[in-house]
Amino acid sequence: MRVTKPRIVPPGAPRNELGMTRRDYEGGMSTLCAGCGHDSVTAAIVQACFELSLPPQSVAKLSGIGCSSKTTAYFVAGAHGFNGVHGRMPAIAAGASAANRKLRYIGVSGDGDSLSIGLGQLGHAIRRNMNMLYMLENNGVYGLTKGQFSASADMGSRSKKGEKNQNEPIDPVLLALSLGATFVARSFSGDKEQLVPLIKAGLTHRGFGLIDVLSPCVTFNDHEGSTKSYAYVREHQQAAIAADYVEPRREITVSYAEGEAVSVEMHDGSNVLLRKLDRDYDPTDRAKALAYVQERVQRNEYVTGMIYLGEGRSHFHDRHNTPDEPLNSIPYEKLCPGSAGLAGILSGFR
Amino acid sequence: MQPTDTRDPDYYHRVVDCQWACPAHTDVPEYIRLIAQGRYSDAYMVNRESNVFPGILGRVCDRPCEPACRRGRVEEKPVAICRLKRVAADLRDDIRPRLPRAPSVRNGKRIACIGAGPASLTVANDLVPLGYEVLIFERYTRTGGLMRTNIPSFRLPAEVLDEEIGYVLDMGAELRLGEPVDSLKRLLDEGGFDAVFVGTGAPTGKDLVLPGRDGSDRIHIGIAWLESVAFGHTKKIGDNVLIIGVGNTAMDCCRTSLRLGATSVKVVARKPRGFFKASQWELEDAEEESVEILVNHAPRSFLIEDGRLRGMVFDRMEYEVDAGRIVAERVTGQVTLPCDDVILAIGQENAFPWIERDIGIEFNRWGAPSVDETTFQATRPEVFFGGDAAFGPKNIIWAVEHGHQAAISIHRYCQGLPVGERPPRGVKLQSRKMGMHEWSYKNDYNPSERRLVPQVGLKERFRQLNIEVELGFDADAAATEVQRCLNCDIQTVFEAKLCIECDACIDICPTDCLTITRDGPREELETRLKAPRRNPEQGLYVSSALKQTGRVMVKDEDLCVHCGLCAERCPTNAWDMQKSWIDIPHAEDEATCPSGTSRKSA
Ligand SMILES: Cc1cc2nc3c(=O)[nH]c(=O)nc-3n(C[C@H](O)[C@H](O)[C@H](O)COP(=O)(O)OP(=O)(O)OC[C@H]3O[C@@H](n4cnc5c(N)ncnc54)[C@H](O)[C@@H]3O)c2cc1C
Ligand SMILES: Cc1ncc(C[n+]2csc(CCOP(=O)(O)OP(=O)(O)O)c2C)c(N)n1
Ligand code: SF4
Ligand code: SF4
Ligand code: SF4
Ligand SMILES: [Mg+2]
Repeated sequence: MRVTKPRIVPPGAPRNELGMTRRDYEGGMSTLCAGCGHDSVTAAIVQACFELSLPPQSVAKLSGIGCSSKTTAYFVAGAHGFNGVHGRMPAIAAGASAANRKLRYIGVSGDGDSLSIGLGQLGHAIRRNMNMLYMLENNGVYGLTKGQFSASADMGSRSKKGEKNQNEPIDPVLLALSLGATFVARSFSGDKEQLVPLIKAGLTHRGFGLIDVLSPCVTFNDHEGSTKSYAYVREHQQAAIAADYVEPRREITVSYAEGEAVSVEMHDGSNVLLRKLDRDYDPTDRAKALAYVQERVQRNEYVTGMIYLGEGRSHFHDRHNTPDEPLNSIPYEKLCPGSAGLAGILSGFR
Repeated sequence: MQPTDTRDPDYYHRVVDCQWACPAHTDVPEYIRLIAQGRYSDAYMVNRESNVFPGILGRVCDRPCEPACRRGRVEEKPVAICRLKRVAADLRDDIRPRLPRAPSVRNGKRIACIGAGPASLTVANDLVPLGYEVLIFERYTRTGGLMRTNIPSFRLPAEVLDEEIGYVLDMGAELRLGEPVDSLKRLLDEGGFDAVFVGTGAPTGKDLVLPGRDGSDRIHIGIAWLESVAFGHTKKIGDNVLIIGVGNTAMDCCRTSLRLGATSVKVVARKPRGFFKASQWELEDAEEESVEILVNHAPRSFLIEDGRLRGMVFDRMEYEVDAGRIVAERVTGQVTLPCDDVILAIGQENAFPWIERDIGIEFNRWGAPSVDETTFQATRPEVFFGGDAAFGPKNIIWAVEHGHQAAISIHRYCQGLPVGERPPRGVKLQSRKMGMHEWSYKNDYNPSERRLVPQVGLKERFRQLNIEVELGFDADAAATEVQRCLNCDIQTVFEAKLCIECDACIDICPTDCLTITRDGPREELETRLKAPRRNPEQGLYVSSALKQTGRVMVKDEDLCVHCGLCAERCPTNAWDMQKSWIDIPHAEDEATCPSGTSRKSA
C-alpha cells in the first residue's frame, strides 16, 4: 500500500480565523517509524499553528539532522523552511531572524543534534535570547543512526541490546535555565493537552523558548531499562505547572483560589495562565525553578509543564537593534551604505 | 463505560452501513470487491444469496443502501451501489450450474404460495432446495406480480424478469398460472397443504372521490392503468394528461403516458417539493423527459362538460413550513387545468375479499391481517403473510426479505420447531494484513466522483414502449465506480492490551474519529471526542482500560473511512484491519440441504 493520508475534509470540520482547517497545516507524509513520539509532536505543532490561525507563510521551520530534524517537512507545508547540517540549526536561525524578524521561527532538533554536535550552537542561541521556539525532541538516542546513546541518556539506562550508559546526562531544561533562557518548558509527546498550549505560548513569547519534549524512540529506546520509554516517562512524569494559552482579547473566565494560578501577559495581549499543580512551585523565579528541577532529577522525576517564564526580557532584536522590516523589503539605496558610508563605519572600528 | 462487546454480530454489521440498511442485508462491499476483480458471476451469486433478483434489483430497487452509504458522509454522492448490482448481472456468465435444485426425494411437505410476486418466489427459492413441494397459484397468466404489471418495461425489461424468475421455477417449484385463489378456506380444507404463504400484494389503487368522478371514463386509477398497459389492453392516451400524486407510481404513469402519445404531461402535487414521496432519481428521470411537476395544487373537482372530461379544478395552496414540517396551510385561489385524461396515483391498499373472516385469521379494523413482524405468521398457525400483503405496500427488496423470513418460519413450523425462536446471526473476522505496508485489499482513498449511467437518447427512447432507458455501466465506468467503495466491511479491530498509547493512530486518522481519553459515563465521554459526535445512530467503540494510563480508546464509527492508516501506523498491531462476514441465516442454514448443493457461494 502507498501510505498517503487522504485529503478528506469531514463536513463541519472546525475552521480558524483564516478559514483554514487543521489539516491545512499538515505537511508531507511522515516517513518515521510507526509509533515514533516525534510524529505526535508534529501533530501538536500542527494543532497549535491551526489554533493560533497563523498564516503559513508567516512561519519559518528550521532544523538540523536526525529523525526529529526531519519532521519540519511534516507540518505547515506552506511555511518557509531550511534543513541545515547536523547541529547547526541555531546559526541558520540567527541569520534568518536577523534578516527578517517578522517571521515566527520554529526550530526542531533532537537530543543528538542539540546536545552532542550542536551543544555550542544551542548554548549561544540561548544566551543571545534568539527570538524563536526551539523544540527539542528528546528520546535519549540517536534514532536516525540506529540508537546509540545520546548526551541526554541517563546514567545506568540501558540500550536495546542491554548495554549500560556510563556518562552523565545533559538536561536541556537545566542547561537553558542556567544560560538565561526566558521561556523553559518540558513536556511529553504523549500528552497533547499539556503540549499544545505550551507550543502556542512558546510561539507567542518574544525571546528564546525551549520546549524539551520527551518523545520516545519506539524502535530503539522503548524497552524495559530505558528511561525514555513511553511507560517510563508516563510513570515518572510530574506536571508542576500547567500553562493555558488565552488568546488576545479573550477573557480569563475560570477563577482560581489565591496562589493557585498566575496570569502572564504576553507582548501581543494574549495571556499565559499558569496553573500550579504543585503549590510549592513558582515558575517566575529562575533560581527556585532551577533548584526545584534539580531536586526532582535526583528523585528520577521529570518535572513537566511551564518551568520558567520570564516575559518582557530583552532579546536578540532589542540588543542588536534589527530593523522591523525584512531586509529584502528595504530599498537597496537604504540597505547599502555605499563606499563612503562603509568607510565611515569602518573608521568607527579603528 | 462498559467496554464495547464486538462479539455482538450487530456491532460490526452496523458499521457496514449499506448492508445494515438493506432489508435483505446484501453483502455490498464484498460484491463490489468481486466486481473490481472482474469476478462478475461471483458478485452475482453473493447478491443472489440475499436478494434473489440481482438483475431486477440492479435496475429498480428502492436502494435504501445508497442514502446510508458512508461515501455520502465524506462527499456529496454515495457509491452507485444499485447500478453496480446491475453490472454484476449484466456481465455474469451462465450461472445456472451454480443454482441448487429440488432433491430427487422430497421431504413430504407441501406448501402453497398465493401470488407469483417477489415474496412468494423467494419462499419457493428458499424451500424448494430443502425438499419442500411448493405450488405457486397466480391469478394472472404471467409471473412477477407488480414487477411485471406495474413497473414499466422501459425500466425493467421482460427478459430480465423471465430469466431471474426462471431460475426459481427451474429449481422445481410448481406454477399454476391463471388460477386465482378465491377461497382460502377451501384451499386450507381441501388443498392438503402443510403451510400456506399469502403473497398477494396490495393490488388496489386508491380512488379520489370528488365531484365529477363518475362523469367520465378518462379518469384512471394509476396501478390499474399501468397494469392494462402492461397487458396490452391500453395502447394510447390523450394529448393532455394530468397525474395526481407525486409518488413513484405517479412517475411511472407520467413516463408511460409520454410513450403512449401524450404531448403534455403534468404531475400535480398537493404539497411543496421536499414532501414528495417519489425518490429523487425518479423525479430527475421524469423531469428530464419534460414532465412538468406542479406543486401546491389540491384537487377539488373534475370538470365535465357534455359528458366529456375537460379538466380538473384545484385549490392553490400556501404552506408555512417549519423545520421540515407543515405547520399551517391556506387556500389562495382556484385554478382549472385542462386535460384529456387524469391518472390517479395516490396510493395502494391490500384487500382480501377471498379470505373468509371465520377461519381463525384475525384482521384489524383497517382490514389488514394480524401478522407477526418477526415470523410473518398469521393468527392461524399454518398461514404466513409476506410482501405487500403483510403490512401494506413497500417494495421488492422488502418483499424478498419477508419471503426469506417466512421461509425460515415455514420450515420451522413444518419441522415442529418453535417458530418464534430465530436462528442467530453471527460474525466472522479475518486479518487483512500481509506484511509491512501490505494489505490484501485496496485501501487507498480514490477521490473519483460518482459515475453517471448512460441512457438512451431523448428521442430514441420514445419510439417504443419497451426500450430500456438506462444502459448500465460499461466495464470501464464500473471499474472506476467500484473504487469509490470505502470497504466498510474491512473493520478496524482493536486489541487494548497491545496499545502503548503512542498516539500514532490518533495523529494519522484523516477524519479524527479516534480519541484516547479517560473513561467516563457515555454522555459525558461523548463530549470529549476529538471530532464532535454528529450521528448518535452510529456505533461508538469504547475499549477496555489501556495498560499504561488506564484511559480508553474510543472510536466514532460515523466518520471512519476505513483507510487503514491507524493499523498501518500502529507499532504494536493494536489496531488491525479485519474483513468481517456477517452471517445472516436463511432457511437452508436451518437444514442440511438434501440436494447437497448450496445457494451460498462462500
Ligand atoms: C407503479 C409501481 C412502481 C413500482 N416501482 C417499484 C420499484 O421501482 N422498485 C421497487 O422495489 N418496488 C416498486 N414497486 C413496488 C413493488 O412492485 C412491490 O412492492 C412488490 O412487487 C411487492 O411484491 P409482492 O410479492 O408482495 O406482491 P406483488 O408483486 O403485488 O405480487 C402479488 C401477486 O399476487 C397475485 N394475486 C393477488 N391476489 C391473488 C389471488 N387471490 N390468487 C392468486 N394470485 C393472486 C397478483 O396477481 C400478483 O401477481 C412499485 C409498485 C408500483 C405500483
Ligand atoms: C556531521 C555529522 N555527524 C554525524 C552525523 C550522523 N548523524 C546523523 S543523525 C545523528 C544523530 C541524531 O540524533 P538526534 O538528534 O537525537 O535525532 P533523533 O534521530 O534521535 O531524533 C548523527 C550522529 C551526521 N549526519 N553529520
Ligand atoms: S528510529 Fe526512533 S526516532 Fe527515528 S523514526 Fe524510528 S522511532 Fe522515531
Ligand atoms: S481506518 Fe483508522 S485511520 Fe482510517 S479513518 Fe478509520 S479509524 Fe481513522
Ligand atoms: S498506534 Fe497503536 S499503540 Fe499507538 S496509540 Fe494507537 S493503538 Fe495504541
Ligand atoms: Mg534523539
